[in-house]
Amino acid sequence: MLVYIARRIVYVIPIVISVALVCFLLVHITPGDPLVAVLPADASQELAAQLRIAYGFDRPLPVQFGIWLWKAVHGDLGNSIATGRPVLSEVLRAVSNTVTLAIAAALIGFTLGLFFGLLAGYFRDTWIDKVATSIAIAGVSVPHYWLGMVLVIIFSVQLNWLPAVGAGPGGSGAWGWDWEHIRYLILPAITTSVIPMGIVTRTVRALTGDILSQDFVEALRAKGLREIHVFRHVIKNAAPTAMAVMGLQLGYMLGGSILIETVFSWPGSGLLLNSAIFQRDLPLLQGTILVLALFFVFLNLMVDITQAAIDPRIKRS
Amino acid sequence: MSAMTDTALQAAPATKARGYWATVGRRIARDKVSMVCAFILALIFLSAIFAPWLGLADPYQGSMIRRLRHIGTPNYPLGTDELGRDMLARLIYGGRLSLLVGILPVILAFIIGTSLGLVAGYVGGKLNTAIMRTIDVFYAFPSVLLAIAISGALGAGIINSIVSLTIVFVPQITRVAESVTTGVRNMDFVEAARASGAGAFTIMRVHMLGNVLGPIFVYATGLISVSMILAAGLSFLGLGTKPPEPEWGLMLNTLRTAIYINPWVAALPGAMIFAVSICFNLLSDGMRSAMDIRN
Repeated sequence: MLVYIARRIVYVIPIVISVALVCFLLVHITPGDPLVAVLPADASQELAAQLRIAYGFDRPLPVQFGIWLWKAVHGDLGNSIATGRPVLSEVLRAVSNTVTLAIAAALIGFTLGLFFGLLAGYFRDTWIDKVATSIAIAGVSVPHYWLGMVLVIIFSVQLNWLPAVGAGPGGSGAWGWDWEHIRYLILPAITTSVIPMGIVTRTVRALTGDILSQDFVEALRAKGLREIHVFRHVIKNAAPTAMAVMGLQLGYMLGGSILIETVFSWPGSGLLLNSAIFQRDLPLLQGTILVLALFFVFLNLMVDITQAAIDPRIKRS
Repeated sequence: MSAMTDTALQAAPATKARGYWATVGRRIARDKVSMVCAFILALIFLSAIFAPWLGLADPYQGSMIRRLRHIGTPNYPLGTDELGRDMLARLIYGGRLSLLVGILPVILAFIIGTSLGLVAGYVGGKLNTAIMRTIDVFYAFPSVLLAIAISGALGAGIINSIVSLTIVFVPQITRVAESVTTGVRNMDFVEAARASGAGAFTIMRVHMLGNVLGPIFVYATGLISVSMILAAGLSFLGLGTKPPEPEWGLMLNTLRTAIYINPWVAALPGAMIFAVSICFNLLSDGMRSAMDIRN
């Protein structure tokens, strides 16, 4: 097991460096000078040259990358051009809000997904299966930002039950797990949960169907095992793959939250990314993407290791 | 090589068995869900293409006195938008850009990804490692993040949206193509072709392509639904189409402020994206079971 973990970690290192390279290059495929965002419109040539040196844009690209990577490894992602504050602290503060949202959405999405998936797999080709798979396919096909709008229309505009935007009363930044805050979380969390719900349903349905058609299930039933015990075997066999899919979905929710956070003005990493893009705040853009991608890589690593720990068949392959 | 084909042709039985694609086609034609989806998609596509000849109102012509009319207003069956433009006309015209930006990236990625995957899978060795390890880097980004990062860096615009979405889908299709190709490569008939002296390019084009295309095609069809949602999502954020072009994602964005005045008109463009996306998903599922592909 340790050998497996070590091998996986070694394999992740080049990925992490390449991810950093992609994030670094993103700023340099930007049309125009990266300085445009910092410079006042009427800046003189001298000022431009000075700033170019101050930001290090005058050096060759590989050198710039080396310096940037060195600083990044030490937790320095530069300062936001818009606010002047360190990028890392801005990103981490925002990510914590996104994590709150993702966890709430995961609770809803995974619970429903497991429930519908098992139901559909067990009652394959019955009306139960049809209803569950229809819900699942709607979940993966719906433009989630639009679903968010529709939920706001119903629950905020028409019924006036829940707030439409923000993450707390009075636009306060501090999150708390009390009803005053949770009210703000409900609609974005439901909206975020539909895609993982659909994908988990589809995965678990396919897994359950496959497992139930295997010989060992036949053997268990022939042995006279009660259906509830057979069910336990099904769960045990489906768990590794289902958990891997859920881990990946958690990563997608963390990294792909920009659309939903924009709809609900949820002050997370997605909203931060949005403002970084439109204010052309390049250090912030670079830093946010880097942190989110590293989160995703780390989560993938955890999924692989957990999967190997509970399913010995994976280590051997 | 040609000698082999000749004998094979002569040896073919007199009663011709129905071809693979004909069987698949017949199975899909019998699947009600797939046929309904194909019909809805055809309707949306045809009305978008022939929009100028349908006698619709001008989708750009606004009016300050008839803004945000409700659904069912005489002369404006689906109401008007925030600038008083006819919603029905804008939704139908909007299909042109929305479908183009949603589908073109998948087609481009299908061509590029299939070629890369076929080469990686057939040639193998160092080339395979080089291609597949590069692909792995893109898998380190959630696709929404990658699309938005590239679009955000390149700046708003239709071409930039298409480029960024193509970059998002190429790795996914390459991976599928590579794994299917690797599976087919070691089959006897490929070995036979190689033994009879066929070159690598001929084997890939003649013997492999036909066998790997089906599964990749089905996978790509499923991606169209994701692509539609992402493409409209980029416009929704302000990274795609620019006003006043009618496009579903952008319409959803500009109508967002109207949800307190006329909520259901504001929600219409999203319903179009949803309809196209779910139809492509169901169609992809239908094709998958007709071709008997397991994922």
